[in-house]
Amino acid sequence: MLNKGTFSTNAHSGGNPNKHTPVQKLNRKSAKGVFLRLCGYVLRQWPLFLLAIALTLVSNQLSLLGPEYSGNAIDAIAATDGVDFDAVWDNVIRMLICYVCSAIFSYVLAVLMIHLSQRIVYTMRKQLFEKLNTLPVNYFDTHAVGDTISRISYDIDTVNSSLSHDLVQVMTSLYTVIGSLIFMWQISKPMILIFAFTVPISILFTRYRSKKVRPLFQERSRKLGELNGYAEEMLSGCRTIYAYGREDEICDRFNRRNTDAMRSYYRAEYYGGTLGPSVNFINNLSISLVTIFGGILYMYSQSGAALAGSVFFITLGGVSKFVQYSRKFAGPINEFANILHEFQSAFSAAERVFRVIDEAPEPVDTTDAQDLPDVRGEVQFDGVSFGYTPEKQILHDISISAEPGKTIAIVGPTGAGKTTIINLLMRFYDTNAGGIFIDGKRIEQIKRKDLRLAYTMVLQDTWLFHGTIFENIVYGKEHATMEEVRAAAHAARIDTYIESLPDGYDTVLSDDGINISKGQKQLITIARAILSDAPMLILDEATSNVDSRTEIKIQEAMGELMRGKTCFIIAHRLSTIQTADCILVLQNGTITEQGTHDELMQKGGFYSTLYNSQFH
Amino acid sequence: MKLLVRYLKPFRVRMAIGFCIKAGGTMVELMLPYILSYILKNVVGSRSVPQILAWGGLMILCAATACICNIVANRMAARSSADFSEQLRKDLFAKTLRLSAAQTDRFTIPSLESRITTDTYHVHSFVSMMQRMGVRAPILLLGGIVITLVMDAYLALVMLAALPLICVTVFLISNRGVPLYARVQQSVDNMVRVVREDFQGIRVIKALSKNDYENRRYDAVNRRLSRDETFAGTIMGIANPAMTLLMNCGITAVVAWSAYRVAGHQSDPETVIAFMQYFTLISMAMMSISRIFVMYTKCAASSRRIGEVLEQPEEIFTPEKQTVCEPRREDAHIVFENVGFSYTGKHRHLKNINVSVPRGGSLGIIGATGSGKSTLVKLLMRFYDVTEGEIRINGLPLSSYGHQTLSGMFGVALQNDFLYADTVEENIRFGRELSHDAIVNAARIAQADDFITAFADGYGHLVSSKGTNLSGGQRQRLLIARAIAGMPEILVLDDSSSALDYKTDANLRRALAEELTNTTVVTVAQRVSSIKDCSVILVLEHGRVIGQGTHDELMRDCPAYREISDSQMGGAFVE
Repeated sequence: MLNKGTFSTNAHSGGNPNKHTPVQKLNRKSAKGVFLRLCGYVLRQWPLFLLAIALTLVSNQLSLLGPEYSGNAIDAIAATDGVDFDAVWDNVIRMLICYVCSAIFSYVLAVLMIHLSQRIVYTMRKQLFEKLNTLPVNYFDTHAVGDTISRISYDIDTVNSSLSHDLVQVMTSLYTVIGSLIFMWQISKPMILIFAFTVPISILFTRYRSKKVRPLFQERSRKLGELNGYAEEMLSGCRTIYAYGREDEICDRFNRRNTDAMRSYYRAEYYGGTLGPSVNFINNLSISLVTIFGGILYMYSQSGAALAGSVFFITLGGVSKFVQYSRKFAGPINEFANILHEFQSAFSAAERVFRVIDEAPEPVDTTDAQDLPDVRGEVQFDGVSFGYTPEKQILHDISISAEPGKTIAIVGPTGAGKTTIINLLMRFYDTNAGGIFIDGKRIEQIKRKDLRLAYTMVLQDTWLFHGTIFENIVYGKEHATMEEVRAAAHAARIDTYIESLPDGYDTVLSDDGINISKGQKQLITIARAILSDAPMLILDEATSNVDSRTEIKIQEAMGELMRGKTCFIIAHRLSTIQTADCILVLQNGTITEQGTHDELMQKGGFYSTLYNSQFH
Repeated sequence: MKLLVRYLKPFRVRMAIGFCIKAGGTMVELMLPYILSYILKNVVGSRSVPQILAWGGLMILCAATACICNIVANRMAARSSADFSEQLRKDLFAKTLRLSAAQTDRFTIPSLESRITTDTYHVHSFVSMMQRMGVRAPILLLGGIVITLVMDAYLALVMLAALPLICVTVFLISNRGVPLYARVQQSVDNMVRVVREDFQGIRVIKALSKNDYENRRYDAVNRRLSRDETFAGTIMGIANPAMTLLMNCGITAVVAWSAYRVAGHQSDPETVIAFMQYFTLISMAMMSISRIFVMYTKCAASSRRIGEVLEQPEEIFTPEKQTVCEPRREDAHIVFENVGFSYTGKHRHLKNINVSVPRGGSLGIIGATGSGKSTLVKLLMRFYDVTEGEIRINGLPLSSYGHQTLSGMFGVALQNDFLYADTVEENIRFGRELSHDAIVNAARIAQADDFITAFADGYGHLVSSKGTNLSGGQRQRLLIARAIAGMPEILVLDDSSSALDYKTDANLRRALAEELTNTTVVTVAQRVSSIKDCSVILVLEHGRVIGQGTHDELMRDCPAYREISDSQMGGAFVE
């Protein structure tokens, strides 16, 4: 509905690091769908993606070779017949080359991934926004703006970081794990067995712990979010709290939430804090075991009990390499659980984005939809019934007929269905029963664009966007000249004001910018409407909350706008109502009275009671 | 940072113990590579498996000890930082609520909000990270350096040469990153703004078929955001490869140099192996310290912002004090005497206001937007202190009342006032000690009882934040009910019945007149009909009174009033 409540819902609170998108577990099937779809985005950038894979492999291979060469160098240093300098230098240079190349490749890779993910994210944002514009008005009435904004910013950002970061991480980890395993296998097969023992422990422990700890952390984020929400809410009312002297009471309530939040923080940290040290312990355990067995094998190798070439033989450099590889090996395995979790949140974020992209758009015009040239402006409602939901009918069997150039005033209490009539006229919604006709044509058979452009619409909620005054007025008619814009501003009684501004028509309208009053905003939207100059007019008169002089200007400008048009007016002013050609009194979705002011006054019904009540 | 010290002081013992435990654990961990090298160098030579096992066992023992110490220390740290930030938040929130209106204006509400939420979060994260990494990293760094120096001073110096480079790299890059990310944030805000505008103006957009225009408008900000993010990422992406490279170069240099040392019998290969391990540990520690440093700058900025609020002088919150002056003998309940006021000190927003209202009387204030109506009411409630003249209630100047006493006299419904997520009943009660009957009675007078009882859960009905699940008229009636529930001496209605239709407005006014006979009512309105029955009406223009009297007198004598009245003839006919 078009009333005030709809637009003020849910301010988006930006820039708060404590508000995480809740990670919902997707079910397996939809997770697979989302995954495939994300893959689709990635594959569309396949040249970049292939290059990225190649770079990952090369860069990791190079960094894996580092310990190999350093081990060889140590063997050369430890050679029984003195240090073999040629071999040492040879290996040192190889090490250096490996490391430098690896660094360069990994930087190129990072940049590549940023470009890749930015292209994808740009496309997703674009698709989402362009989709938004094709959605029926119903979507905007039933969804909070904050929710959509969090999809287009936070959720897409989550996908972004997952793509640019975790994707490489996964590839790198996999490669490192496998690569280190191969190298270790080459150095000493028996010692690999140590990992058959520590890796499962590590994985099981991490899984067990995170399962237990994750809900605690979720609770922690939730509680903190609630606390912040409460603080923001109460601060927005600080004047009122001051006026009532309720500071102490509100502080107490805040403190209860504060204590609660900190308690759940502590609980999460208490259990979560064991994870890092424990994993670290398991890594150290592996290294200790590697040292013990490596030491024993090295001892036998030196004493000749393990012959060179046997699986048990190991050199000092071998032990060194093995220790280094085992560090490389353990890291990613522990990271894996984390990355999986990241992916999960990326999937559910992507799913939230896809859900908007998949919304059904406004149905396309029927193939036989006609243009609407030279509108005369004759409008008819024939037995129209409508409800936003099937359960609740708003309009019942409404019939109206408006002749070209006449003014129809609609009056009635809040919730009677006045704004719904506008929604139907503009075909923001389709009727459930009955039909609306323009110049005898059923509106469903007219192209939407033609239908809508046949009306000029001025609503109570003045809508201006961030841009210059000129841009905002010219919005009503593309390619309008400066002269036309001036003329429109003049007709709307706002030209003097605009010209008094230092930047005139180039003044940028922004939330925090110049001081422009509500009334002046309204006049600018009227100028826009005057410029668009359609044969019919829909007007939702604002209730007076501007000062009396602006009020008079607005009334004059409205009068200018109405000249010669078929007008539908949700009327609040007696001046408008009294001069209307027809007044419709709308109550509970039905027209209870209909006629001119004089006729209705004579009738002595609801209208005359209302009219008289203001002079009580 | 003074702030941090002050708030951490109560936990200094616990934190000191935690630090010691952590330091102990870290030092034990540092032993591991040393033992490794010892085993390879000395124990292997002895050819005794039990000895190797014994030394290996010691390694495992060290690892276990380190693990336990870390866990215990982490838990203690979690406790201290939880208690710390609880206290900090508590004080900050309390102080924020007690700022004077002028102070609040200076900070602005969004800024205060982000201080309570984001800034405390940053400080908290820093304190908790500081305790976990702040000990471990320096000890790993220093301990590592000391041990390596002992093992082989020359090799250690080679390695030390790499550390400052790592340090500088991190610092330079993160320094460069801050403005880059600020720009990204700006672009995000622009992007979000366009989406929000699109959402709000969808009817206009569809009516004018401006889809393509909107898509182009969005594409510009979208493209810009992508460009900024790419650029920031490209710069920040240097950090990791650069640090890894520096570290690896250090290792390579150690290997090369050690060849000569070993050849000269000044060192041995086993030491080199241990060295390489220490080097990895030290570099990691180095990176942690750089990261701590980056977080520190963030935390310092945040704690400065918090400190600014906490150190505000107590402006208006005078403690309850005894009446110092004799009440003046006057019949009037509220008196404005030569009142003048300026928000900024330069422009005078109110000039020379003189009016007195008898107990149980009513004062109406009307005028254009920006004429000073609301300011006048704010002065009466002492949101601000007058710059000239005096306001008296019951013969006493406002400044002689304590805040609690003063606010106890008022019932207030302000423009766009405050409803919060709780039940209808609690929104009316607003934390005061009021019986259910008093609340129902107030709702009845405010013409709100009907719609409240129409809810399935009546007074237990949940109002959403800002009252978005109520209509404008319902919100206003709820606010008026709150204002009269405490049976105040003075009722202030600042443009608070604008969304009511004439009938309801009239009923409300009748009920107020009948039920609150002893209450003085101050009404600010745009509609003549809302104030025309007041015993005194002030017509304001540009902060000056241009008409004063009853409706009939003003209609006769004040052209501006007549103009307003005529223009509103039937204004807001039916809503």
